[in-house]
Amino acid sequence: MEETKKFHERITTDGYTLVLPQGLRKKSFEILNETAFPTTKTEAWKYTRTTRISNGTFQLVKPEINSVSDYLIEGLQGNVLVFVNGFYQAELSIIKDTKGLLVSPLTETTQEWINAHSNQQVQLEGEVFNALNTAFTTDGVSIEIAKNAIIKEPIQLIYVTTGTAVLSSVRNIIVANENSDATIVMGYYGERADSNFTNVVTEIKVKQNASLSIHKIQHENNTNFHINTETVSQDRDSRFSLSTSTFSGAIVRNNVYVHVDGENAETNLYGLYLTDEKQLVDNHTVIDHKVPNCNSNELYKGVLDGQSTGVFNGKVFVREQAQKINAFQSNGNVLLSDNASMNSKPELEIYADDVKCSHGSTTGQIDEEAIFYLRARGISEKSAKSLMINGFVGEVVEQISNEIIREHITKLMAKKLGYSFE
Amino acid sequence: MIKIDNLHTSINGKEILKGLNLEVKAGEVHAIMGPNGAGKSTLASVLAGREEYEITDGNVTFDGKDLLELSTEDRAREGLFLAFQYPVEIPGVSNVNFLRTALNEKREYLGQDPISAKDFMQMVRDKSKIVELDSKLANRSVNEGFSGGEKKRNEIFQMAMLEPKLAILDETDSGLDIDALRIVATGVTKLKSEDNATIVITHYQRLLDYIVPDYVHVLYNGRIVKTGPKELALELEEKGYDWIKAEFGE
Repeated sequence: MEETKKFHERITTDGYTLVLPQGLRKKSFEILNETAFPTTKTEAWKYTRTTRISNGTFQLVKPEINSVSDYLIEGLQGNVLVFVNGFYQAELSIIKDTKGLLVSPLTETTQEWINAHSNQQVQLEGEVFNALNTAFTTDGVSIEIAKNAIIKEPIQLIYVTTGTAVLSSVRNIIVANENSDATIVMGYYGERADSNFTNVVTEIKVKQNASLSIHKIQHENNTNFHINTETVSQDRDSRFSLSTSTFSGAIVRNNVYVHVDGENAETNLYGLYLTDEKQLVDNHTVIDHKVPNCNSNELYKGVLDGQSTGVFNGKVFVREQAQKINAFQSNGNVLLSDNASMNSKPELEIYADDVKCSHGSTTGQIDEEAIFYLRARGISEKSAKSLMINGFVGEVVEQISNEIIREHITKLMAKKLGYSFE
Repeated sequence: MIKIDNLHTSINGKEILKGLNLEVKAGEVHAIMGPNGAGKSTLASVLAGREEYEITDGNVTFDGKDLLELSTEDRAREGLFLAFQYPVEIPGVSNVNFLRTALNEKREYLGQDPISAKDFMQMVRDKSKIVELDSKLANRSVNEGFSGGEKKRNEIFQMAMLEPKLAILDETDSGLDIDALRIVATGVTKLKSEDNATIVITHYQRLLDYIVPDYVHVLYNGRIVKTGPKELALELEEKGYDWIKAEFGE
């Protein structure tokens, strides 16, 4: 398509090395030239306009920043990798020799490893943002957790975007081998950033009986565009949890695809979004149950203020062979303003006959009667609202089992909502 | 303690209270009875500060302050407590977190230091005994999934925690079985002192067997039309309100 071709030709790469295999990149450019940006007529993008991205002119810029102390989670002792505008910043990163853990930027990962693990399940055909990511990725992380390795300290990945009209194109590849256990925090932040576009694809493989928890924090500036795609595949007896906490960003779109390929696997997806101004936060999830005896659980909650818009679309497929599946999905929203809106669409597509599945969605205003009740006990209106909002989204935060990460996210939540907790 | 003088209020243009006068002194228990629609719950709501009601005339002085000028939360911090007829369920907010916030905001308003976590928990244990409230309920979300009786006991538990000067019980007895009624009423009686006062709004005389009032007022058509000793309640129970309506009807 002409528009997409022009879009990618406008991106100035300034001679930076692009890391994904040449053949894949070539294929991605071919796809880009044939694929239009999604419009609101595209079912999966019904509520999310991408014209502000497609009309933009972006550039790859490798800057330096002096410090990431604002983004580091205090109390975590593990590896820290910092990427600024999609480029690895070695001097701000802390690589520790950790038994059973291989972690490095893609630019320092062997081509064999990248070839072996990249684009295992990333759909390129018809997917502009995945193809763009594949064509323009400058860096990202490669993580491989060895068989039987228990990585106690969470790995922190910090992605900062800075400058104006900058494209950050990041690819992360995570492989959790058999019986391993690890936790990863991925934080996306904006620093003096204006109209930047961050486009991330993370590929995740959770092998037999492995446990992997990923916590995503989205905190870029409110003029930034952020598209974030995870493709996950789970083998038998594995456990995978993903939490997505979105605080800022002009447009934030999360695409989560989980392929449950092995029996007795457990999948947990949690989401929390606090929006204001003209933000748009769109969470699309797909859990594909292909085999029997698995559990999946999805809980997304949002508080929307100002003129912001929220979108939740959660799809669960239960294939014909996939008997004895328990799949639960729930989305709850509170609108704090008359001009905020929420579009929620939980979907179950079930082809098996012996399954337990449920989904629910609620959107409402804050209960004024409850506010009065709290005030009648001497609690100010502001504290009353805080208590109620915290009570509402607290259910999501409570699912984060690592206490340090949970407290960090609680603090960000309090800051965004303008109150503090003890 | 509280002096209500010629209070007129309306909602959506309809006048409900039409010149209500009432004075309650420290140490006293006043019962307010009356037929449906007389304005009993309106009086409770207006005193607590519900904003839907328009005050068209009159004054309310609470412990020397102009009550009607205070926000709902400041009325509570000054020592006014309303036990709700329909306590609200608040999912996700635990009873203890709610009460600690309430207590500390009151203390801050009064220029006192916040209560320590240890003292607070001891207080929760002591006060929950007054209404025989399972202390496990304290950790649950406010009123969520509570039975009718538990909700009303929770109201009195909150009253015990906040130690108000004036408690207004808005039909706290409605819908309670006799055991729950006894527990609630006993709790209220235990909290009674020379320094505080209670206004009991009720339909039923039986509550007054447990909480013995110093005065019984009959509220009818937006005014207190009759005041008497506790025996008046028995008379109302026996004869109903028709004779009141006949005497004071328009």
